[in-house]
Parts: sequence; C-alpha cells; structure tokens
Amino acid sequence: MAMSPFFTLLRRDITLALREGGAIGTALGFYLIVIAMLPLGLGPDLNLLSRIAPGLLWIALLLSALLSLGRMFETDHEDGSLELLAIGGTPLELVAAAKALAHWLTTGIPLALLAPLLGILLNLDLSAYGVLVLTMLVGTPAISFLGAIGAALTLRARRGGLLLALLILPLYVPTLIYGIQAISGALLAGQSFWPSFLILAALSLGSLVLGPLAAAAALRIQLQ
Amino acid sequence: MRLTAENLSIRRGNRLVIDGLSFAADSGEVLLLTGPNGAGKTTLLRAIAGFLPLESGNTTLHGGDTEREIGEQSHYVGHANGIKSSLTAAENLEFWCAYLGGSATRTHRRDRVYGALDRLRLAALEDIPAAYLSAGQKRRLGLGRLLVADRPLWLLDEPTVSLDAASVALLAGIVEEHLSGGGLVLAATHIPLGLGSARELRLGGSPAASPGPSDSMIMEETGFNTGLPSVDQSRQGQEK
Repeated sequence: MAMSPFFTLLRRDITLALREGGAIGTALGFYLIVIAMLPLGLGPDLNLLSRIAPGLLWIALLLSALLSLGRMFETDHEDGSLELLAIGGTPLELVAAAKALAHWLTTGIPLALLAPLLGILLNLDLSAYGVLVLTMLVGTPAISFLGAIGAALTLRARRGGLLLALLILPLYVPTLIYGIQAISGALLAGQSFWPSFLILAALSLGSLVLGPLAAAAALRIQLQ
Repeated sequence: MRLTAENLSIRRGNRLVIDGLSFAADSGEVLLLTGPNGAGKTTLLRAIAGFLPLESGNTTLHGGDTEREIGEQSHYVGHANGIKSSLTAAENLEFWCAYLGGSATRTHRRDRVYGALDRLRLAALEDIPAAYLSAGQKRRLGLGRLLVADRPLWLLDEPTVSLDAASVALLAGIVEEHLSGGGLVLAATHIPLGLGSARELRLGGSPAASPGPSDSMIMEETGFNTGLPSVDQSRQGQEK
C-alpha cells in the first residue's frame, strides 16, 4: 500500500524515537525525579500536597516535554536530512506537522499517562485522576506544536536549549491555566469543567494549525 | 529539458559570491562546477535547489513540471548524507524511496531499494545499522537516493568525497546512465568524475581579496559558447 510522504515521515520519526529511546527516557525520568523531589522540599503536609498536586504535575510535565523539544529538527539538520525533506515535494508545513505529531505521540502521551502514577507521590485526590489524564491528553498537543516553533527558531543557535525555554514557556501559559482550571472545575463544587476544557481543546487545535506554519517559516530561514 | 540561469547573483553575508552568472545546460549533459574553495560552487547549487534567495536573476527548468519548484525536481547531494544511524541501510533507502515518491507499491519499492543496494555494493550490509558503516559506505548509501527516486535534475556537491576509486567509477556509471536517460547533472567537484562529455563552468575569484560586493568577480565558462564539449579535465586539478 502506498503511504503518503506525511505518514512515511511520521512513521520514521516514531521508529527513530523508539529505537534511540533517549528522548522518551530522559523526559519520563526527569518528570519522575522532579515530582519525587517536591514532597521532600515541601514537607509531609498531605493536604497541602493534595491541593497543589494538579498544578505541580502540569508544570513538571511542561518542563519535561521541553527537554526533548530541541531535538525535533536538530538531528535532521545535522545529518542533512532536513534539506532533503524540504525539497522532497512535501510542503515544509507538513514536514513540521509530522515531526511535531511524532513528538506528541512519543513524548506528550507517555508523560500524560505517567502523570497519574506520579500523582500518588503528591497525594492527588482519587477523583482527579481521570480528569488529570484527560486534560493532559487534550492539552499536550499544544506543547509539541507550539514547541515546534521554538525548535525551528533555535535550530542553529549554539546552546539553544535555554533560549528555547525562554521563547516557548510563555506560550504555554494559556494551556497551563485552562488545564488547571478544568481540573479544579471538575473537582470543586460550584465550578464547571466544560468551558475551560473546551478552551484547552481550542488552544491545542489552534496550535495544530499555527505551529507548523510558523515552524516552516523559521525552517526556511534556517536552511539558507 | 533545459536548465537556464540568467544573470544570477547570490549574496552570502556581505559578499556577493556569485555575480551576474549566466549558463545553460541541456538534457543529457553534465555541467562541472569548478573553482577554488570559496568560489561559490556550493552556494550556486544550493541557490538552484531553492535554499538560498537570489539577489537577482532567475533560474528556469524548461520542459520540467511547471507546478513544482526546481528543487522539488532535483536530487540534492550535499556535504551530509541524510542518513539515520539507527536505521539499517535498507531502511534508510526505503524511507527516501517512499518519501520522495520513488514508487507507489511496497513490493516495487523493495525491488528498487535492493537493486540500488546491489548496485552500490552494499547488499551485504543491508541489515546493519548505518552507524556501523564506514565513511565511504555511508556516502554510497547517501548516493543511493539517486537510484530509488526519479528526478530529472541532479545537483551533486562534491559527490566523490570519501569514495574510493572503484566507487568513483561506479558513480560515474550511474551519472552516465542518468544522462543517457535524458537527465541533467550539475556537479561541483575537485576531482575528475571520469565523464567523457563534461562541460566545465569555472567559478573564479579570490575570496580573501574581496572585501566588498563591488569586487570584481571572474566568471568564465569554458566550452559553452562553442557548443563543443570541453574535456579539459586537467584544469580541475589546479586547485589552490
């Protein structure tokens, strides 16, 4: 069966991520370490931990996902693949979208699925587990697709990792706010879950469109 | 099919690397770009592929697909090989074959990939991750792209780097075959490819002594105006 270039590229990137394993392992390991250290720093106040758990889990997830963002285009740029992908006949926007999607599938989803497990360390309210995973699965595409912009912009910058964080973390603020808002909406009486959740979904859908466009524009400059 | 460049100028930083260059190449022809380091060979190839913006002038591929950019009708072989070290040799070529639309069906694709590996004397290494290949083997694997997807224009930037003599002859054979099939090749090279009918486009100028854009650039083209093939391959050896 013939596969479109988009899915060919997506499949290659997922294969590479699974085979090399470093990016996924680092992100998951970092997430685990950060969350495991928080109770040590904050003290054994279970009520406090329980109250701030969703926020901590979200913020740590953003930071963990950032770790592997820098590699999104870097390896392809180093080995010359990026140039060939650019003149392969597939629009650069689709190339960027395929790579961002591969990043979400191999980083965003594993992190979101690990989150409830780490919630145990923070005494996360039992009723929050489902909502937490749901909001993370819906919110994390924005991390990968907005992150693609930063990854493309900092492609040739030496030590671009910190610059990438400075550029991209502010863009994650809306996702963070509405992700937390949706969770507390589901848990607390008198607040509603759906408005925040739908805005969270809208942010992800918007980034699905804008991320690849901006990333492709940045990549064109980087290829010069 | 005919590739023409008219009054091409390309700027890199403050320096006008290519200034007012015109040339043309027809189907079945190979144009060798020669000149000292920094003469703009890579710059010219990258501009034709569409990576670099043109300061002035234009490039046209007559008889090509008008819907697509020249780059999208070209194979570009640059300094890097475009190879993933954790994929096997066969997987690397299969990816490029599928991505570049080399063939529609999976079986046909496999045939092309294994044909190319055979031809490049890499058949015994097909299941080995590319990380374990030598520099020359990686180069050959990178050149395998030329065989697994059909593109009329080949832009080769130092294609013979790290190839042994036998592999250079192999490459020359592949290029000849592409030419006889109506293809077009632009190659920047320091060493003779061993091609009989190569015309030479010499890019000149000494970058060390060119402070500004107003600097005079020497562009001379041999064998072009006469229409006769220039087999003056000894000139390529005059590398500084």
